[in-house]
Amino acid sequence: MAKGRVVIDVERCKGCELCRPACPQDVLFLADDLNSKGYRPVILLDPNHDCTGCALCATVCPDGCITVYREIPAKKAVREPALA
Amino acid sequence: MNPAVMTAPNETLVYARPQSLADCYTHYCPGCTHGTAHRLVAEVLDELGLRERTILVASVGCSVFAYNYFNVDACEAPHGRAPAMATGIKRVNPNNIVFTYQGDGDLASIGMGEVIHAAARGENITIIFLNNATYGMTGGQMAPTTLPGQKTSSSPQGRDVAMTGYPLHMAELLGSLPGTAYSVRRSLHDARHVIQAKKAIRTAFEVQMANKGFSVVELLSSCPTNWGMTPEQSLTWIKEQMVPVYPLGDFKV
Amino acid sequence: MSKKLMKGNVAIAEASVRAGCEAYFGYPITPQTELLEYMSERMPELGRVFLQAESEVAAINMVYGAAATGVRVMTSSSSPGISLMQEGFSYIAGSDVPAVIVDVMRGGPGLGNIQPSQGDYNQITKTAGHGDFHPIVLAPASVQEAIDLTVLAFDLAEKYRTLVFVVVDGAIGQMMEPAELPPMRELPSGRPDWALTGAKGREKNVISSLFLGTTELELMNKELQAKLAYIQANNEIRYEEYMTNDADLLLVAFGTAARVAQTAVQHLRQEGLKVGLFRPITLWPFPSRRLTQLTYLADTFLVVEMNAGQMVHDVRAAVHERVPVHFYGRMGGVIPMPEEVEQKVRELMRVVPTEDDVQTHQFPVKPQAAHEFLRM
Repeated sequence: MAKGRVVIDVERCKGCELCRPACPQDVLFLADDLNSKGYRPVILLDPNHDCTGCALCATVCPDGCITVYREIPAKKAVREPALA
Repeated sequence: MNPAVMTAPNETLVYARPQSLADCYTHYCPGCTHGTAHRLVAEVLDELGLRERTILVASVGCSVFAYNYFNVDACEAPHGRAPAMATGIKRVNPNNIVFTYQGDGDLASIGMGEVIHAAARGENITIIFLNNATYGMTGGQMAPTTLPGQKTSSSPQGRDVAMTGYPLHMAELLGSLPGTAYSVRRSLHDARHVIQAKKAIRTAFEVQMANKGFSVVELLSSCPTNWGMTPEQSLTWIKEQMVPVYPLGDFKV
Repeated sequence: MSKKLMKGNVAIAEASVRAGCEAYFGYPITPQTELLEYMSERMPELGRVFLQAESEVAAINMVYGAAATGVRVMTSSSSPGISLMQEGFSYIAGSDVPAVIVDVMRGGPGLGNIQPSQGDYNQITKTAGHGDFHPIVLAPASVQEAIDLTVLAFDLAEKYRTLVFVVVDGAIGQMMEPAELPPMRELPSGRPDWALTGAKGREKNVISSLFLGTTELELMNKELQAKLAYIQANNEIRYEEYMTNDADLLLVAFGTAARVAQTAVQHLRQEGLKVGLFRPITLWPFPSRRLTQLTYLADTFLVVEMNAGQMVHDVRAAVHERVPVHFYGRMGGVIPMPEEVEQKVRELMRVVPTEDDVQTHQFPVKPQAAHEFLRM
């Protein structure tokens, strides 16, 4: 399974939580703290590195606050310098 | 490129906020799918390389500030008149990409004349039409698209069709006109449907790029605040209540 | 260039074309329809835009859209259609884009009739839409002047980024007179920097009349008012005087009513009555200051209009009660005859007794003038 991570713009997030049911790996949670607008933003809690970078959360996010990255599989990563 | 995007050497960027979307905070309520629709349009403008030649006509309603939210030249039309304004823009600037972004009160009620005639003329513009079955901006009154029986602030007992008639099916109506090149209905209630909606928006802009005529994408959208639901419940309501009344599909392709 | 016999509506249309109008959007309504018909043939011939809209409401918003992209654009209509367009006028004024509107006025209120009228004076100069603004309003009195002022209208609209009206009554729209057209202007190669053209290599442009904050909207209004004050102060006030130098009584009239009044002045002068005519050409900005000055010359003003008395209020405001301002008007699409105006003047100059004089057994108060009248 590919590994990934998401970065959430917590200041932009309104805590609508639509990304949570969309996430197949269940790694998104509401923060305990409020952002400057008074919302509890969503944060990534992924201690076991379950996020696959599938981007379904970003697909449904109404506020475009999620950036998604996916790890390049090890073999490809090794090959990359040779390509460059 | 978003300056917040920082890709590590062993990573690829899968998704980032599109460039055509302005780097600002929107006034939309939490969970409102207006934001999703904005994002999809911006992604399509990025992918088709249209940002620098696009002109947006915003309408009156919750999307009245759309001109602030897109990084494109934009104007704000009187209530319902966006298709007429877009017509004026496109006729003198056929090389620009012109689209309106309208809600159901704007397009299907006060602006019915303008949108029907723009379609009838085969005006080479694109219309992004958000149907959330209510007047959002003014506080959730009955819209021409309100479902039979649906409670709103101006139909407190639920929409009585004997008194107020039936919802309007704009995608079908516009699809029936010969001037319309592309008319479809999509929904924004889950990731799969959002992806389908984006494809439709892309096709609509491609239709305009190919000078094929009028293109419209109706998007079933949520209004958690005025429906009195959580964002998640409102997506379920789209799926269970709206989709049976407003079937998703292609009415002219 | 030689003079050619032309109908007012057609002359305005061709003048617009020559002034560089790139797009026309309109809707048929009598008595301006010839203008739309002429444009439907002429504009495509030149590769410019003509579109017959589904309504006046749509037409003015098409104008708004095209204007927002920085081209010279116009529409034309007649009184009921102008009423429908008011929403658009207000948006255009609120977002500082230039546009030219031609109003060929007809009788009202309601559907009224299709005869010449000046019943839109207040609608255009005072209440062209919600909020605080005035369009520049040009009122020609002949076909030649209609041509000249149409060209000026496009220049003023562009110069001040504002709405400019050319208002004629149905008579000037429909009458044929010999007139000379200006040479064809070349279209500009570029667009103004504020125009919507696509945000290529620059920040995006936005055309909007929405200012949600009270401070913002008040600031926007102050800027708009400053612009209007600048137009008023910047030599944009236009008028014409006819035999005002020694006038005891001053007729004030615009458009067709001014033509009638001018004939009346000629007749009355033959009778030895010192009568002059003041004809406002810009109805907004209104030539108030000159009218104030004229109160030192003439001791009686008579306003002649083809309505129930609309401009007369502006004249009264201008003269500050220094002199009595009387009114003579016809409504319902009736053009007053010079004889009617002359009779009113004789009554006012007490050359002949008025009905009041007869009832109160008074005699004309200017015996010398009466003597001259009786001698003729």
